[in-house]
Amino acid sequence: MLEAIQSALSFLPDGLVTLLIILLKIFALLLPLLGAVAYLTLAERKVIGYIQVRIGPNRVGPRGLLQPIADAVKLMFKETILPTNANLFLFILGPILTIGPAMAAWAVVPFDDGMVIADIDASLLYILAMTSLGVYGVIIAGWASNSKYAFLGAMRSAAQIVSYEIAMGFALVGVLLAAGSLNLGEIVTAQQGSVIQWFMWPLLPLFLIYFIAGLAETNRAPFDVAEGESEIVAGFHVEYSAMAFSVFFLAEYANIILISLLTAAMFMGGWLSPFEGILPESMLTEGALGLLLGSGIHWLLLKTAFFMFLFLWIRATYPRYRYDQIMRLGWKVFIPITIVWLMVVAAMVVGNVGPWFD
Amino acid sequence: MEQTIFYIFSTILVLSAGAVVTVRNPVFAALFLVLAFFTSAAIWILLEAEFLALTLVLVYVGAVMVLFLFVVMMLDINLTVLREGFTRYLPVGLLVAIIMLAQLAYIVGPERFGLDKYPAPTPRDADYSNTREIGLVLYTEYLLAFELAAVILVVAIIAAIALTLRKRVKTNFMKPEEQVVVKSKDRVRLVKMATEKKDD
Repeated sequence: MLEAIQSALSFLPDGLVTLLIILLKIFALLLPLLGAVAYLTLAERKVIGYIQVRIGPNRVGPRGLLQPIADAVKLMFKETILPTNANLFLFILGPILTIGPAMAAWAVVPFDDGMVIADIDASLLYILAMTSLGVYGVIIAGWASNSKYAFLGAMRSAAQIVSYEIAMGFALVGVLLAAGSLNLGEIVTAQQGSVIQWFMWPLLPLFLIYFIAGLAETNRAPFDVAEGESEIVAGFHVEYSAMAFSVFFLAEYANIILISLLTAAMFMGGWLSPFEGILPESMLTEGALGLLLGSGIHWLLLKTAFFMFLFLWIRATYPRYRYDQIMRLGWKVFIPITIVWLMVVAAMVVGNVGPWFD
Repeated sequence: MEQTIFYIFSTILVLSAGAVVTVRNPVFAALFLVLAFFTSAAIWILLEAEFLALTLVLVYVGAVMVLFLFVVMMLDINLTVLREGFTRYLPVGLLVAIIMLAQLAYIVGPERFGLDKYPAPTPRDADYSNTREIGLVLYTEYLLAFELAAVILVVAIIAAIALTLRKRVKTNFMKPEEQVVVKSKDRVRLVKMATEKKDD
């Protein structure tokens, strides 16, 4: 399909065609992503509703399916309130700095074999670097709001994200040790073979820690002290309204999807089919059944949806951590476990321990 | 094309580095430093040193500067007090600046630095892994220096912990392992007593 577009545009200069193709790819990624973000908010309200024996939103459209659109229209037409004595430049820069890295990180995410915008060598590092930039939006928003609650939320969030980034980084080091590559596509293909080959088995502690640190990085329950609506109203975004507020929300949900997708790609075999090595090869490659059962983007999306559901499930189940408990968990539990398991993984790789590293 | 990109980024870099020392507001100064780090990372990407560039963003922008901002935002900095000592410290400051300038000129001066001494690197193939190359060199040729740096960092961590670790007298610190094993009879004493007769 790309070649067809390329030849149709051949009357334009070469550089411009490349630029247009890149822009097309970005649109093809961002539009479904924003749609997924919108419907994740509905899924969250529905799932938590059913867990709490309620129905959730059901007024707008059939079974409430148009609720996200109604929310978006409402937020777009609301007034953006700028607090007096707030630093206006930074106040507006805050949401932009949150959404920018949250979207930029998607550039290196592979959806299928070769289906990626930028197939760079150090894509794992790139994602880690981009997600670590998201904290600036929170800090700047909290400081520029000129509000005590916002400032407290920003301080909490900054300390929390910096703490959990270390455990997250170590978990990723385990993955790159096991895969022998920093490229996400190669990490997924390193798990080829069968379900047993998925990195979630040899890296089980790192897998759990990565997901939990992902919860903390995205400021989700039970680590949502940066918002802490019962203590500090809404934390860093208390002074934001209308679109500025919804941009924070967009970034948060885009990050949730990103963490879920990365967990699926790095530990659960990404787009690889779980039937590999179980069903005969011919069933996975031939005909319509092969398309369904064989490896493909649908498996990645299914695994991602599972982790997204876990995010919502956890939010409806666990009470919020106290702040000192968060710090203790991050520094005194997760970091030692990851360091110990890194050595175990290194030993397994060097010793060619099967069935993963032989 | 590459040259244009380089000049755009280096202009931003030089301007933001200048702004770090000239803006009044310390928060803005810290944010300009973030911008300076980020643009230098972009320039390193142009040099095909993607590992170093990404690590610069990850470590300095993502962690160090966050803590920096954290502290700067919490401080109540009074600018008039800061400005009082300006003339007094000016000679020392100038001296330090001149020495640093001389050192810089010595290293990157025309006889040691330039396109004839360091020719522009030839572009690598698409499958060239900068990360792998750095890893190989770091753990073979420069192993001793690398290990020494690691030891120094560990010592610094231990020193930082030792300096801040002190037994606070009044603290509400709770030990989770004690909280988990606690039984109801440790906390609550149920007293059984006969009902008393009401005198009326």
